[in-house]
Amino acid sequence: MQLSTPSGMSRRHFMRHLAAGAATLPALDFIAHVQANAAELKKRNKSCILMWMSGGPPTIDIWDLKPGSKNGGEFQPIATKGDLQISEHMPKTAMVMDNLSVVRAMSTREADHGRGRYYMHTAYVPNPTVIHPAFGSVVSYELGTKRKDLEIPAFVSIGGGGSSPGFMGMSHAPFLVDNSGSIRNASMGDLGEDRLHQRLNMLGVVEDNFINSQRGESGQAHKDIYQKAVNLMTSKQMAAFKVNDEKKEILDMYSPAPAAPGAMGGMGGGNQFGKSLLMARRLVEAGVPFVEVDFGGWDLHANVFQTLKTQRLPALDAGIAGLTADLKQRGMLEDTVLVWMGEFARTPRINQDVGRDHWAASWSVMIGGGGLKGGVAVGETDKDGTSVSSSKSYQPGDIWATVAHALGIPLDTVHTSKRGRPMKIANGGTAIPELIG
Amino acid sequence: MVRPCQTRRSMAASCGAWCSVAVFALGVVAFGADTFTTGSSDVIITEIDKQIREAWTDNDVVPSPVADDHEWLRRVYLDILGRVPSLEEVEEFATSKDKAKRTKVIDKLLDDPLYVRNFTTVWTNLCIGQQTPRRVSRAGMQKFFREAFGKNRPWSDIVSDLVTAEGHYEENGAVNFLLAQMQDQDDGVQMTAKTTRLFLGMQVQCTQCHNHPFNDWKQDQFWQYNSFFRQTGKVDHRKFNPKTGRMEDDYSEIVERGFSGPVYFEKRNGLMQVAYPIYEGQEVDPGDSTDRRKELAKLMVTGEKPMIAMSMVNRTWAHFFGYGFTRPIDDLGPHNPATHPALLDFLAREFVKSGYDCKQLIRWIANSEAYNLTSRGTKKNERDNPAAGETALFSHTYVKPMTAEQLYDSLIVATNAHKSGRSGWEQSEKQRQEWLQQFVRTFGTDDGEESNSFDGTIPQALMMMNGELVRDAVSVKAGSHLGDVLAGKGNEMQKIQRLYMTALGRQPTRPEMGAAQKYLKSARDPLAVYQDLFWALLNSNEFIFNH
Repeated sequence: MQLSTPSGMSRRHFMRHLAAGAATLPALDFIAHVQANAAELKKRNKSCILMWMSGGPPTIDIWDLKPGSKNGGEFQPIATKGDLQISEHMPKTAMVMDNLSVVRAMSTREADHGRGRYYMHTAYVPNPTVIHPAFGSVVSYELGTKRKDLEIPAFVSIGGGGSSPGFMGMSHAPFLVDNSGSIRNASMGDLGEDRLHQRLNMLGVVEDNFINSQRGESGQAHKDIYQKAVNLMTSKQMAAFKVNDEKKEILDMYSPAPAAPGAMGGMGGGNQFGKSLLMARRLVEAGVPFVEVDFGGWDLHANVFQTLKTQRLPALDAGIAGLTADLKQRGMLEDTVLVWMGEFARTPRINQDVGRDHWAASWSVMIGGGGLKGGVAVGETDKDGTSVSSSKSYQPGDIWATVAHALGIPLDTVHTSKRGRPMKIANGGTAIPELIG
Repeated sequence: MVRPCQTRRSMAASCGAWCSVAVFALGVVAFGADTFTTGSSDVIITEIDKQIREAWTDNDVVPSPVADDHEWLRRVYLDILGRVPSLEEVEEFATSKDKAKRTKVIDKLLDDPLYVRNFTTVWTNLCIGQQTPRRVSRAGMQKFFREAFGKNRPWSDIVSDLVTAEGHYEENGAVNFLLAQMQDQDDGVQMTAKTTRLFLGMQVQCTQCHNHPFNDWKQDQFWQYNSFFRQTGKVDHRKFNPKTGRMEDDYSEIVERGFSGPVYFEKRNGLMQVAYPIYEGQEVDPGDSTDRRKELAKLMVTGEKPMIAMSMVNRTWAHFFGYGFTRPIDDLGPHNPATHPALLDFLAREFVKSGYDCKQLIRWIANSEAYNLTSRGTKKNERDNPAAGETALFSHTYVKPMTAEQLYDSLIVATNAHKSGRSGWEQSEKQRQEWLQQFVRTFGTDDGEESNSFDGTIPQALMMMNGELVRDAVSVKAGSHLGDVLAGKGNEMQKIQRLYMTALGRQPTRPEMGAAQKYLKSARDPLAVYQDLFWALLNSNEFIFNH
């Protein structure tokens, strides 16, 4: 696979740097120095958690309410700890909004589920001749490969449908898990290590024969994936998936109050989202640089307000608030970027079934943590929510550029497609000044 | 046409297998000085070969050699039957000296009940998805396709049945296609989008809300198509269960409901517009005596190369080659020109002339020179790399990942489960469906999209390494294939060869044989070595890819 070396600090550069320092230090001091640095580096591991709202959430009812408009719907805005108002059905999140911001001027063209999912994940519109990597795969490539201690995949997707690693290759594909904490088929049963070794050696013989047969890259990709699978099977870091080991009071932070019984029903409702976010936090703690958490059920062509009020928003509210507070109490929020988005949002106009249809022209994405400025509303929509009224509108590339900035990935990084075409990170988007300030 | 001299084939070059103890000779395919043939003679195949060769010349690539018999047999079994050939089938083919054996195998496979099953699987997945939607009968859909492919019904009739279907979802399985598109009360939007995309290769879904961005399709066109579906109604029946004392879901059916006149839709500027049932400029009477879906079905098959033929040709080509003439294969719109437009046109016309004969279409493709080439690339066709986004020139065949169904059915062959007859069709179909479901996730969106994690990622690797299917395959239970091989006649070398033939359809290379023997020599438990070897073969890239 052709991939250009990113312009960030390379491993070789890093080693040279350390070696130069070694000359001025006595040996023992040097080792202590390196270990201290390693611990510090590990602590400063930057990560991103993407909360993916599959189906397209009505952001007009969540982050950018329009009271008094015919499109306003049933909900009222409330004040928050940040410098912006959000939905009355997000009261817990309101209390942590000083850490989170909302980009209210998204305008993204793609209002078909598949195309919107692709565009928002990759920052590129679908193109028949190249498959662009989801940003999680980009982060896996940029940061995951540098974390030599990381034995589990660098891009984990919890409960999601998965996205393509594109020209980054299968090694950077999302590792799909559900939030039960059990990884299917990860145990070799009672097969001893010797036998596994023997099997893998024999496998190597057959695999290499195929790899050397001029049949393209898929043979090598298969071998790489097997290496990753073996690492995973034998790693202690697998404990990060065991979300059920977590204390109940921590899980409760992520859960809607039991007093809202309606919140327990519905697709993926109840505590499922909270549990997934808790697993995401555990994975980030273990050093995973990109975790995507899927929360679906937003394709609300009918009965939007009732569904939001009783099912989607209680779980969403508790999940976001719990995750933010939990990361903060662990001192991890500064290093963990949180992004909340769907493939698009929903029509300001309320349809005849009291639903909202697909809408990409004017909507909101939430972003926070990772050292980004919280409590800010970036851009605005007009009084009916039907168009962006601020001078600038934003594309997914701008969101991902902001994330890249927060993760310390240089924005002049360029990757190369298999066809040799240069591809700017985040499609050349700009980190949003109001957030990185 | 000037024939490039490099197209002269060398069988030897493509045979990397070590055959010193081979009890059979490599099959010799009948070809003249430099003309390849599978043994079939058909002017249509000659024309395909000619047009594909012209594109090679125009693009300055030289084709790879013809695939050896082992490579080709595995591919054609996977593509037509959906599973790898068994050890016996490999041996029989390899030992045959018949010059027309390739074309005869194609005919044989097309008469095999597994051909029917394979294409039933493919089209059931395309029509209703891998995860059965609510109020849809997978068994009904499968039954419809089993009959359709079993009788080799004309594709035009099959599509017509699907589009016009009415009635009970098990009695008339064809209704399940439309039922699957009626998950939401959306005025037939999904039905319109799916029907045009799947059967006509027209992606009109984005014109639901606005004019097409890349061609001159207008928003009205979507609603004109849509108006053909507006007489479609669905009834979900329920019945009383005396055991539980509750009402439960019973069957669903599609019924005709009264609808006449135009449909209304909203332009982007908020103006309401009307659309009447019009297909490619042909308007049908919008009155209430018209059966609109019947009229649509008639219009869809009108002409010398209607879209339904173009679309099926493109799809079938892609089934065998991994790439069609357009990318994506279900977008034949004017903004997305085909790579081999004349060939696509030609095949579509011939497909129509053949009476929409699906088996004949497969015969043309599978007997073509391009399909018989090796998947090994050469320096002189390096540029022919569609995986990197280049135009597919078919100067060598392309490596395709097995589908989950192909893998499952291939592992069944390797474990011998198909012979022990331990369960009936229904039972085995149920087990297969359960196994398949572990890879499928739905996005829960109105277009019923789903993704399949059976795509070469870690969960698939873990399933192959530690999952039940492969564990069964390497067990030496009585009646298992591995057990049979080990208990059977032959020395160590022959047993190793047979395991290679079972899993990979070829002989081991010399280094491979050497490695296996070395392990056996130093092993305290030779049985474990055979098990681990078979495990390695089934887990290999060579096994999981169709190449």
